[in-house]
Amino acid sequence: MSSVPPYVRFRGVQKSYDGEQLVVKKLDLDIQRGEFLTLLGPSGSGKTTTLMMLAGFETPTQGEILLDGKPLHTVAPHQRGIGMVFQNYALFPHMTVAGNLAFPLKVRRMSAVDIELKVKRALDMVQLGHLAQRYPAQLSGGQQQRIALARALVFEPSLVLMDEPLGALDKQLREQMQLEIRRLHRQLGLTVVFVTHDQAEALTLSDRVAVFNDGVIQQIDTPKALYEHPCNSFVAHFIGENNALPGTVVSVSGAECRVRLADGSEVGARASTALSAGEPTSLSIRPERIALNVPSANSLSGRIEELIYLGDHVRVRLNVAGHEAFTAKVPIADMHDDWLAGHTVPVSWFSHDASALDPLVHH
Amino acid sequence: MSEVSLTAIDHSTDKNASLKQRLLRAEGSYRRRSMLLIAPLLIFLLISFVLPIGNILWKSFDNPEVVRALPTTLLALQGWDGESRPDEKVFVALVKDLKTAKDEGQIPSLIKRLGYEDGRYRTLLTMALRKLPDDGVESTSRSLIAQSTLWAEPSTWRSIQRAGRTLTAYYVLAAFDHQVDAQSGNIVELPKGQALYLSVLMRTLWMALVVTLLCVLFGYPVAYWLAKQPSSRANLWLIMVLLPFWTSLLVRTAGWIVLLQNGGLINHSMIALGLIDQPLQLVFNRVGVYISMTHILLPFVILPLYAVMKGISPNYVRAAVSLGAHPFRAFWSAYVPQTFAGVTAGALLVFIMAIGYYITPALLGGPGDQMLSYFVAFYTNTTINWGMAAALGSQLLIIVLLLYWVYSRVTRPANPAQRA
Ligand SMILES: Nc1ncnc2c1ncn2[C@@H]1O[C@H](COP(=O)(O)OP(=O)(O)O)[C@@H](O)[C@H]1O
Ligand SMILES: [Mg+2]
Repeated sequence: MSSVPPYVRFRGVQKSYDGEQLVVKKLDLDIQRGEFLTLLGPSGSGKTTTLMMLAGFETPTQGEILLDGKPLHTVAPHQRGIGMVFQNYALFPHMTVAGNLAFPLKVRRMSAVDIELKVKRALDMVQLGHLAQRYPAQLSGGQQQRIALARALVFEPSLVLMDEPLGALDKQLREQMQLEIRRLHRQLGLTVVFVTHDQAEALTLSDRVAVFNDGVIQQIDTPKALYEHPCNSFVAHFIGENNALPGTVVSVSGAECRVRLADGSEVGARASTALSAGEPTSLSIRPERIALNVPSANSLSGRIEELIYLGDHVRVRLNVAGHEAFTAKVPIADMHDDWLAGHTVPVSWFSHDASALDPLVHH
Repeated sequence: MSEVSLTAIDHSTDKNASLKQRLLRAEGSYRRRSMLLIAPLLIFLLISFVLPIGNILWKSFDNPEVVRALPTTLLALQGWDGESRPDEKVFVALVKDLKTAKDEGQIPSLIKRLGYEDGRYRTLLTMALRKLPDDGVESTSRSLIAQSTLWAEPSTWRSIQRAGRTLTAYYVLAAFDHQVDAQSGNIVELPKGQALYLSVLMRTLWMALVVTLLCVLFGYPVAYWLAKQPSSRANLWLIMVLLPFWTSLLVRTAGWIVLLQNGGLINHSMIALGLIDQPLQLVFNRVGVYISMTHILLPFVILPLYAVMKGISPNYVRAAVSLGAHPFRAFWSAYVPQTFAGVTAGALLVFIMAIGYYITPALLGGPGDQMLSYFVAFYTNTTINWGMAAALGSQLLIIVLLLYWVYSRVTRPANPAQRA
């Protein structure tokens, strides 16, 4: 992968709207051809701004964006040939569905016959051929979203940008559309830059996810690596469920470290590179990595506060080391009948399933 | 089988009817309450709007003068065949009516009204009134005809008959440069010298159109620019746009005279800058009227346009650009069509207001720049001819209604979803 030059490259990109505050602080990002990259982050973290710079609607205040090795600012926005799906679709309300799809082709001066053929093919691709003569206002949200997708793809761009395209849809429709977008990505060999604030969506769709916060990429990795090996507390919290136990680093040996928790007990964990002995830390453990009633090296005792039976697993809220919102997800098969609120049980996990990360500032 | 389905249908329609009734009943009290709430406005509109307009429409057909002044004459003329010289009793009745009318002071309005039919009747009546035949005279008709042979002409009596109807088309016809020919009774065009209102009407429409186009031309970019500003700054600029409303129309118009006249600021500075040698004639002609009316009416285009443009997401143009359209084309095909509602609303507003303009052309225009309202004012203030004033006013009203009808047809969205 590293031998292939990246298709899109952000080099030291900064962006400020008002000349005072940096919305994008420092962006270095390589996107490979054919990759599905998601920009994930809370609202206001600069995802849209990043996308708009790539599309050419905003200019970086510093740094450079290269597309296929060429500096992007040398190409006018309308000549970049980048497909784009907007948050509220931006379908032209005064044109029919067919008119919307034909627009990019008419602009390219294609013949009427070609246009008709391509419009039809694009509509069939999103299975909405029967709606060609409708106006956008006559379509449901999901249909509008598909048309927006078809319009962004009808002129066969190789790079497609999508800004929270599924944000307005209900859960079921969203999941259906996620599958559809995945299918199109594979089938057409597209490079996709996808923006979302929904971590489940990011994990479902992406080859890689870039986690944004405060205009900085916190971590960029595959979904699995992000989930299993978050590089800081923000990522650990933003993606998936997470237990965070405050503590102090006692010792570091290579990738391992020992952490003393608030109640004085000591546990082992994976060390993030930035930590050294004596520093405060936050221990991050996923709820499904926690075992109850299995005494082991990293064993604490926890008092059960609440038990929620969910059919396939049981959620147990415990008080561990003075932390009251410690959650464990236990498979039903491992559940014991004597787990009742108020009981104390051994709480354990493997050292390599716990990460010692930067201490939480707020919370 | 079919019986079953039939009864099923019956049952459902029956159910529907009762559902409809129940809906009406359920909404009835709500509707009554809301009627009560809007009742003050309704009454106000009725008194201040519907009644005066109805009155104006009525006045343009109302024809009371002759009916009131010559009742017995008109009665006597009922048996007349319209071709021959009328009976002696008609002449007697006329003289009787004229005497009564003279006592009751109805003569001026009678003369004025009959004068509209044919200018010659003015002298005819004045002459007759000066020497009304006595009761004792053996033949009233002969003594009248001795004054003027016009009394022997059937057309004279036909005119009296026509003017003696309770309703008349005279004013409305005149407003369109037509009249009923005194000889034949046919509707004919007014002779060249007398025809006036159609050309005034055309001039009014044309001037309003030019002002509307100028307003849209100048207002569109301003509204676009305003809509692009952050709202705090846009509000400040909007106040500037509305600033002209804070001074009276008269003051603004007078202000333009000061600016535009030969020794005024504009000519003065252009001469000082060496752009021109002679002062340009900018006022007391069409140019001055256009400048001032455009200035006064501009906010009526800017405001609706601004409201519409504010609601258009910048993403439409971006989408068009991302699809490969040059920014100009993107603006033209993705943005402009979405502002049509604002353009038509603003343009219609300006046009309707412009065709009723009176003060500005009167002060800043020449004699050839007066619009229809000038003549309405002329007939109400100067000659007290309510019929004519009302007919011209109705003419404007009907044009506005027609325009509105065209507007509602043109702007009806092709997209049925938006129609709802
Ligand atoms: N056109 C703009 N002008 C000024 N500030 C903007 C503009 N667009 C976005 N911002 C600001 O930049 C920050 C990042 O915005 P954005 O990139 O839209 O974030 P995200 O898409 O991650 O929610 C926000 O604080 C937002 O208020
Ligand atoms: Mg955004």
